[in-house]
Amino acid sequence: MAAVGTLSKVSRLTSCINRSRWLIFNRRQIQGMSSCIDPSHGLSMEQKDFQKMAFDFAANEMAPNMAEWDEKEIFPVETMRKAAQLGFGGIYVQPEVGGSGLSRLDTSIIFEALSTGCVSTTAYISIHNMCNWMIDTYGTTEQRERFCPELCTMNKFASYCLTEPGSGSDAASLITTAKLEGDHYVLNGSKAFISGGGDTDVYVVMCRTGGKGAKGISCVVVEKDTPGLSFGKKEKKVGWNSQPTRAVIFEDCLVPVSNRMGQEGQGFNIAMNGLNGGRINIASCSLGAAHACVHLARDHLLVRKQFGETLSNNQFLQFKLAEMATKLVASRLLVREAAMALQEGRSNAVSLCSMAKLFVTDECFNICNQALQMHGGYGYLKDYAVQQFVRDIRVHQILEGTNEVMRMLIARSLLSE
Amino acid sequence: MSRVLVGVKRVIDYAVKIRVKPDNSGVVTDGVKHSMNPFCEIAVEEAVRLKEKKFISEVVAVSCGPAQATETIRTALAMGCDRGIHVEVSGKDYESLGPLQVSKIFAALAKKEEASLVILGKQAIDDDCNQTGQMTAALLDWPQGTFASEVEITGDKVKVVREIDGGLETIKINMPAVLTADLRLNTPRYATLPNIMKAKKKKIANVKPADLGVDIVSRACRGTEWDTVGSLYEQWRSRSEHGALVF
Repeated sequence: MAAVGTLSKVSRLTSCINRSRWLIFNRRQIQGMSSCIDPSHGLSMEQKDFQKMAFDFAANEMAPNMAEWDEKEIFPVETMRKAAQLGFGGIYVQPEVGGSGLSRLDTSIIFEALSTGCVSTTAYISIHNMCNWMIDTYGTTEQRERFCPELCTMNKFASYCLTEPGSGSDAASLITTAKLEGDHYVLNGSKAFISGGGDTDVYVVMCRTGGKGAKGISCVVVEKDTPGLSFGKKEKKVGWNSQPTRAVIFEDCLVPVSNRMGQEGQGFNIAMNGLNGGRINIASCSLGAAHACVHLARDHLLVRKQFGETLSNNQFLQFKLAEMATKLVASRLLVREAAMALQEGRSNAVSLCSMAKLFVTDECFNICNQALQMHGGYGYLKDYAVQQFVRDIRVHQILEGTNEVMRMLIARSLLSE
Repeated sequence: MSRVLVGVKRVIDYAVKIRVKPDNSGVVTDGVKHSMNPFCEIAVEEAVRLKEKKFISEVVAVSCGPAQATETIRTALAMGCDRGIHVEVSGKDYESLGPLQVSKIFAALAKKEEASLVILGKQAIDDDCNQTGQMTAALLDWPQGTFASEVEITGDKVKVVREIDGGLETIKINMPAVLTADLRLNTPRYATLPNIMKAKKKKIANVKPADLGVDIVSRACRGTEWDTVGSLYEQWRSRSEHGALVF
């Protein structure tokens, strides 16, 4: 960044910032104008309508604010509520409790489109949807009617609490206890890295009601302001800054038995089933980021000149762009196939979801990283959106089951046949 | 109660880079992303708002064009219109379809559907004609409120605030009337997921211009070329009666 030639640093920087602002604010370009990577290929008319609406929402309501939300660590409650009014609060939740009743594939398409506007916010919306679905699927009629309608409108927000300081990948070894005392459980323990923690209203908590291992785990819903519920400090993160992350602490926290979802001992099962869909959603968010970055990189190559011509004439960069586009399309196909496998209840659904999460989060991170590289020094500046996509999707390779755990699940499936 | 006709046009999406065909006969449209004309979106939004305020009882979305025009009608249905009418015009007829023929179609439909309002976008972003609304009103002999940035209905009168060169003009016109929507009239809503799904069940009727008694033969004709202004003037002079210019 030191060699700026004869032009003064100030005017050069200003013109670059202005151009980047133009690129950032002209996000409609990202809506799949390049036909070979257009994400609407092969979709039904209705799915194309959902997708277009989600792309429009992302471009108008999210993209212009994405940088500010990241820098100021704003949890965009109003924007998310606007999204909920369009039906994004409970996309695959049943309509009779306020959801949109759509399929996993429809959901993937929607999150992919929303993610082009802001990965971090879309990822939180997907976590909220996952919790909403868990209550819708495993809750009693009374629990569904109590929680789901307000979650669907995002009048209330939800958080998923599984990970603890001592149990991440080894989730079944969690030690937050829930002792039955009369008609209440007494919760003691703490959860770590909880998305939305401290700012959300409904906590779906996996805790130990029985013996060791997965079979001793139950799922309870803890509401904000329950005595004994407190939060750690807000974590300072590399990305995902539009959602607060805090530890969730239970100290003799009394939770009514009527807040338990499913049977005692069913909690781990509920958690894992929630995560299958969650993995497709997170992979879809990575897809959206990669899609946006391929367009940003392409636009940059067409504009930036070195050695007397635009970078788009450079064969290495052409080939790199082609590889990025190919991996993007391959990733998209895998996610959509996994979504269909899950909604159809195919026997390979869990493995396919794991494969999709593993492959797509890795490949899409590489695509975004490569797009940053193509921007040269400008890619490292926060004025350019590409760095935020890179920072935001880096964590997708870690949460909702690390990519190492995905390998474990796939290997286990292969070797147990 | 009253019915509103809203015209929606399928145009090339505003974000697309337009390319001219190799034979220079027009613009590349095959495989290019199309969407509803932005001013038509504003018109639909206004019509749906009027229905929500209970001034009108039914909103009918109308589009003239080939089979793909039904996609645009469905978008209008997802925004809240009750039913659609697809006036089928394809191929060469569609290439030569202009504001005069479209306004004849709208005039015929307005009479057939007994509409009390016809709301159109002020212009389409592909041809920028800004003629259809005005021509429709003239053919129907209805008052027109064009470039509307505010619409208010009281009884059977409409107060329209128009954006004109000199600023804003407020007029009060009787219904039935034709209105054309300008940019600041409203901000169109996003279709919600449930509404997109409901739109599938709403009816889109298919009609041909001939069914409405409209002849869509193009009135545009190719002119003659002259080498010099002098020879053009000679032609004029020889054709005019008193040496005055007659067109």
